[in-house]
Amino acid sequence: MSAKTLGPVRRKFAPWDDKAAVPLISIKNVSKQFGSFTAVDNVSLDIYEREFFALLGPSGCGKTTLMRMLAGFETPTSGSLMIGGEDLANTPPHQRPVNMMFQSYALFPHMTVEKNIAFGLEMDKLPKGEITSRVEEMLKLVKLEAFAKRKPHQLSGGQRQRVALARSIAKRPKVLLLDEPLGALDKKLREETQFELLDLQMALGMTFVIVTHDQDEAMTMADRIAVMNQGQFVQISPPAELYEQPTSKYVADFIGDINLLEGRVEKSERGRTILGSEMTGTRIETVTDSATGGTAIGMGDKAWFAVRPEKVSISLLPPSDATVNTATGTVWDIGYVGDISVYHVRLDGGGTMRASIANTRRVVERPITWEDKVFLTWAPDSGIVLTR
Amino acid sequence: MTRSTKIRSQSNKRWIVTAVPYLWMLVFFLVPFFIVLKISFSSSMIAQPPYVPVFDPFGDPWSETLEKLGTLTSDNYLRLGQDSIYVSSYLSSLWIAGSSTVMMLFLAYPIAYGMARAPKSWRATLVMLVILPFWTSFLIRVYAWISILSEEGLLNTLLTSLGLIDEPIQILSTNTAVYIGILYSYLPFMVLPLYSALEKMDDSLIEAAKDLGCTNIQAFWRVTFPLSIPGIIAGCFLVFIPAVGEFVIPDLLGGSETIMIGKTMWEEFFNNRDWPAASGVAIVLLIVLMIPIIIFQTSQARQQEAGR
Repeated sequence: MSAKTLGPVRRKFAPWDDKAAVPLISIKNVSKQFGSFTAVDNVSLDIYEREFFALLGPSGCGKTTLMRMLAGFETPTSGSLMIGGEDLANTPPHQRPVNMMFQSYALFPHMTVEKNIAFGLEMDKLPKGEITSRVEEMLKLVKLEAFAKRKPHQLSGGQRQRVALARSIAKRPKVLLLDEPLGALDKKLREETQFELLDLQMALGMTFVIVTHDQDEAMTMADRIAVMNQGQFVQISPPAELYEQPTSKYVADFIGDINLLEGRVEKSERGRTILGSEMTGTRIETVTDSATGGTAIGMGDKAWFAVRPEKVSISLLPPSDATVNTATGTVWDIGYVGDISVYHVRLDGGGTMRASIANTRRVVERPITWEDKVFLTWAPDSGIVLTR
Repeated sequence: MTRSTKIRSQSNKRWIVTAVPYLWMLVFFLVPFFIVLKISFSSSMIAQPPYVPVFDPFGDPWSETLEKLGTLTSDNYLRLGQDSIYVSSYLSSLWIAGSSTVMMLFLAYPIAYGMARAPKSWRATLVMLVILPFWTSFLIRVYAWISILSEEGLLNTLLTSLGLIDEPIQILSTNTAVYIGILYSYLPFMVLPLYSALEKMDDSLIEAAKDLGCTNIQAFWRVTFPLSIPGIIAGCFLVFIPAVGEFVIPDLLGGSETIMIGKTMWEEFFNNRDWPAASGVAIVLLIVLMIPIIIFQTSQARQQEAGR
């Protein structure tokens, strides 16, 4: 089964918008304290069956602690954790309907690949024949049939990752927890594996909860992403929404590249906000206001216009209307990444802005180069106004 | 000097560094070993030295050296096989060393496990505490046990004052005292290899085992214990090998019932002044111990290959 054939299914998948849907995992007001340090601070979250959910955040944000509470390795200081309608507060790890794939893979070094995969099944006391056939099935799934008799130290990093995955799904848990599952792989292998994981999750119909600090990983795979910071959720949204409609500067800045232009609110009404910015020296007029929830923001308040570099146009010629949604500056730096070039422009009003341009041709000579005087422009619906 | 000759001369110097310990071993181990080996094939005699023949490699002409070589005899070794005292000394030594090694394993495993599970900041201190007794001379520590175990010793006084016993029990000069002495003296040799095996184990392995359905006890037997086997093997050999040849502990704490090969050898040497027989005992002991030492070495080498 490939991702392509399941594409439409995935697009329609949004149980979190359905008021009648019953969540598989329900986290309510959960906090976790280690001494005086609050790792997870009063969070609530519902995760639905068959969802691919990502906990994304910098290290130390509490995402791993939250996952370890789901696995049962940590107990919440307060709050409740339910999986499949059962309160798991006092259930030890070995009795939970979840399995975890560890960041270090945690393969048993004294057992062969086969034995590692069979471990959980043997603990469940399944009949011998069933164990053998399930192990074979798992080996086939992760394409490691030829390596069944090897010990973990005789495998490559990518192969170990597959064994860890096979071992954690062999018991067919309701929920699979993945702690930085691709962290130890090199970039190329990581990208391939992302799609394999995605296909696998859809084929198995399992609920995946992944912890990662890699936004590309979360964006590629997850149905929804929870961005965490200092023990709290900053925003929980599907990837596209997270990218296009961040609700805070933190998320806007954390996910991808963004230009944040500071200004004061000059006019605010439903569907339209106008900022005056010293950085650009012009008015910033925008048609989106979802960050403020559709309500008007106060006149004269401080606000930020957030616009992605790829949505900013760069030109040597002045725009027709030089008073709105434009800024002037000097090209300071050009970052050539291959597929795109990022122009760092020092604004005449102070600060810098970045504009990225897809390299659709094999440019030898750039039309815009260092120290050129340029005009940056953007469409009214290309950015978003943030108040925090 | 060109670069390549410089490197070559450096590697020459490196060879000297390696040679020093080998030279040391040659002079202070291999040469004495051959002297003992030669004495073991000599005949006992009341003289100074108490054996014949005596070689003088610098004074004797060749013909005399050859003549003396002809008088070497394997009688001492034949006697070792015939006299039951030697055979029973060997067997008793192996038994005492073997059984105390097993007891030691049960004693040391929980200690090492507790140390490895202790908070990281404590571990260095705990290791220190295990090594601490080495700061006092081994001999003095064994002597101290005499005052603990004797009839008017600390242990008997304590038990009497607690009303647990009416009259002092005889512990000193029994095999029990020898076991206590061995268990006490060799404890660090078992604890440290076990600790190092348990300490380097990744905690997430235990978590993975629990995640896959193990209770704490099952996780121990299926993961922790098998992974600590290299430590168990190392610890057992480190205790067993020196315990077989132990002399001080059976001599000071043991009684007439305690027969150990180290003691028999001492008596042969000092009481009977039979140097050739004592040397024979020593050579046989060495050969007996070679077997476990070789097994130990190969298992260590295999570990190193398989490890990483």
